[in-house]
Amino acid sequence: MTHRILKAGMVLAGAALLAAPIQAKTLVYCSEGSPEGFYPALFTAGTTFDASSRPIYNRLTEFERGTTKVVPGLAESWTVSEDGQTFTFKLRRGVKWHENRNFKPTRDFNADDVIFTFERQWKPEHPFHKVSAGKYPYFDNMDMPKLLKSVRKTDDYTVVFELNAPEAPFVANMAMDFASIGSAEYAAAMMKAGTPEKFDLEPIGTGSFYLASYQKDAVIRYKAHPAHFRGKAKIDDLVYAITPDASVRYAKLKAGECHVMPYPNPADLEAMRKDPNINLMSQEGLNIGYWAFNTEKKPFTDKRVRQAMNYAVNKQAIIDAVFLGSGKAAKNPIPPIMWSYNDDVKDYPYDQAKAKALLAEAGFPNGFETDLWAMPVQRPYNPNAKRMAEIIQADLAKVGVKANIVTYEWAEYLKRARAGEHQTLLLGWTGDNGDPDNFLNVLLGCAAAVRSASRWCYKPYDDLMQQARKIPDVSKRTELYKQAQVIFKEEAPWYTVAHSVVYKPVRKEVIDFKISPFGQHEFHGVDVK
Amino acid sequence: MLRFLLTRLSLIIPTFIGVTLLTFAMIRLIPGDPILLMAGERGIDDARYAQLKAELGLDKPIIIQYAHYLNDMAHGNFGKSIITREPVFKEFLELFPATIELSMTAIMIAVLIGLPAGIIAAVRRNSVFDHAVMGFSLTGYSMPIFWWGLLLILLFSVNLGWTPVSGRMAVLYFVEPVTGFVLIDAWLAGDWKAFQSALRHLILPAIVLGTVPLAIIARMTRSSMLEVLNEDYIRTARAKGLAPPRVIGLHALRNALIPVITVIGLAVGGLLGGAILTETIFSWPGVGKWLIEAIRRRDYPVVQGGVLLSATIVMIVNLGVDVLYGLINPRIRKGR
Repeated sequence: MTHRILKAGMVLAGAALLAAPIQAKTLVYCSEGSPEGFYPALFTAGTTFDASSRPIYNRLTEFERGTTKVVPGLAESWTVSEDGQTFTFKLRRGVKWHENRNFKPTRDFNADDVIFTFERQWKPEHPFHKVSAGKYPYFDNMDMPKLLKSVRKTDDYTVVFELNAPEAPFVANMAMDFASIGSAEYAAAMMKAGTPEKFDLEPIGTGSFYLASYQKDAVIRYKAHPAHFRGKAKIDDLVYAITPDASVRYAKLKAGECHVMPYPNPADLEAMRKDPNINLMSQEGLNIGYWAFNTEKKPFTDKRVRQAMNYAVNKQAIIDAVFLGSGKAAKNPIPPIMWSYNDDVKDYPYDQAKAKALLAEAGFPNGFETDLWAMPVQRPYNPNAKRMAEIIQADLAKVGVKANIVTYEWAEYLKRARAGEHQTLLLGWTGDNGDPDNFLNVLLGCAAAVRSASRWCYKPYDDLMQQARKIPDVSKRTELYKQAQVIFKEEAPWYTVAHSVVYKPVRKEVIDFKISPFGQHEFHGVDVK
Repeated sequence: MLRFLLTRLSLIIPTFIGVTLLTFAMIRLIPGDPILLMAGERGIDDARYAQLKAELGLDKPIIIQYAHYLNDMAHGNFGKSIITREPVFKEFLELFPATIELSMTAIMIAVLIGLPAGIIAAVRRNSVFDHAVMGFSLTGYSMPIFWWGLLLILLFSVNLGWTPVSGRMAVLYFVEPVTGFVLIDAWLAGDWKAFQSALRHLILPAIVLGTVPLAIIARMTRSSMLEVLNEDYIRTARAKGLAPPRVIGLHALRNALIPVITVIGLAVGGLLGGAILTETIFSWPGVGKWLIEAIRRRDYPVVQGGVLLSATIVMIVNLGVDVLYGLINPRIRKGR
């Protein structure tokens, strides 16, 4: 008898356990670290953006999930003036803010929120500027303080930005994390309550999820915002299980303790591919790894020497040995997924005879000695710079060039590189806003030459950059950038190495997850079976 | 006893100064600049760099920086993290319960298994059991924690599916943090399933962290017991015709425990070191993982404040052990 009761009890308990997951759909993401905070404009790390701007906030314009295409966000539409200096955004109506125990919104999103967001970062006298130690690194990095002339509203749903100079990528910049729109009403309420920093720590946004709780270094919990303007997310609960070690993340994914994990160990990829429960997604990243020549230092002042370097090194060997196949050989400074990529450009083939001939022509028949800087850290665009440098070193030796590998601690490396102490150096870049200007001009334009890796300033190239910045029309800009890529290849300030491929292992029950070219993780529109 | 306590307390001040000096100097000796590390490839312009440096007080001569730091410490101000801008003390308090929960469980496992194993090994000297215990403890002592942790995860979590891989509690459960100790909070909330989940999450990391102290305690108990068992008073006790369990349990063990307690006290200090690795492997949100991250990012205030706070805890534990030691051993208490 007792046995029967026990059995019946167990069956009931079992049924209850099975029934539990149906109540709420939960997606668990094994994130790689704790966010620095929850107000994106204060920070620069991707980990922070994944936990703040992406789930919690919206921006005037946004990137379509999984692409670099700019689509309407909190702004329904926008227009650009003839001179490319005035941008008018028409705002979406009826957008609801989140609420929490400190704050119940009394109004929908409107132009005041946009003005608050930008003035806080821009104007030192703004009451919120100094809150939370008040540093806005991305806003500064994108040169916004110099660029902005005024931000004003013409009515509650129209905001006008006036710039000091034409800036075609401005619309894409508005889709970046630092431009996430916060609530002016919440800010005022927190200021009045004497706890302005709560604005940054207990965020209120318009995004698909609101923050339910956060335990540092352990877990972040979000719940779907029922009144989101794109409709409620398909999952009810979103949980970030903070798991810094890549092997442990993989173990958790295998054990079903999380659905999605970022940054797998390259060595685990093979096993992931074979796992029937895991869908190993991949996409070329929005990045470039390069080997730059300091064009201010001899012998790299001579174009022929730079070209010779391009002929001398076997790119495929690097892709195989360093990227273990998870990289795509690069011929342009921008990745193929970016608009204006010029596929007609021909890369220098691996041809050591040609390299020797060019060196002889430049007056170095017996080669020369140079340094070759290799980064001490793993980066998305270069998994192993030391190994890469060794391969380059061996290839150079064959054409008579003796390269000495140099490395420093990461911060020191960047500092010395910016000061131009190197002759040649390995570095790379990951895109911010999906605009070619963010690679071609930011890394290679004359304005950047004082600190860039190649310190290259070439007028015909720079003219194209300046011209393209002023035109809002994408097809015209595409033409200019395509020409610029041809000039770049001919002048060879870099040896373009590779665009790395980004891998995302996702459990089979996850539906419609998309890899962001910006390396971020977004869960609106994602479902679980 | 009072004099004994005062002597011990007076030693704390120089130890404190030593710790501040060491952490302050060490973190600055590692190359790397927190501002440049934050900026990364994007870089930062010189004016802004100088401004940030000044705001963080890093532009002043190193001696002045140290003086400021000591002054702040003396006023109980541990500074704010460069990265999160939250007060270091607040972050420490938030994370410390997790470390305590893990360390206490680890030390409990170590004592509950190590002590009896050592006693039995001593009583049955040269038996198979003795050799087995000594063999295991040598292995345990020599085991790299990182490797051992991953090995256990692979076996018990991935292959057998008995224990969860990492974290403090399954994400399905949520208990309002009251004490910060998940086990206690789940119990207070009356959430039995959450409690079970928390317990299951605790097992592997506690075993991993407890392995080294367990080995040390077992070995120490054994050798100390062997020494005591040869003493005259044990022979006398036996000659009186006392039952063997009484001889071992009362007469031998009490005396053998004195060095063992010292070892346990020392192990608590070691646990904080071990916790750094264990917490990293098991994504355990404690102080160890926090400090590692702070070192990586050159978050000076967190490293300085975090190490000092951890050192304080170790000092308090050691003081407690010394007092306990004095209580057990009158020779020490009376200063003879």
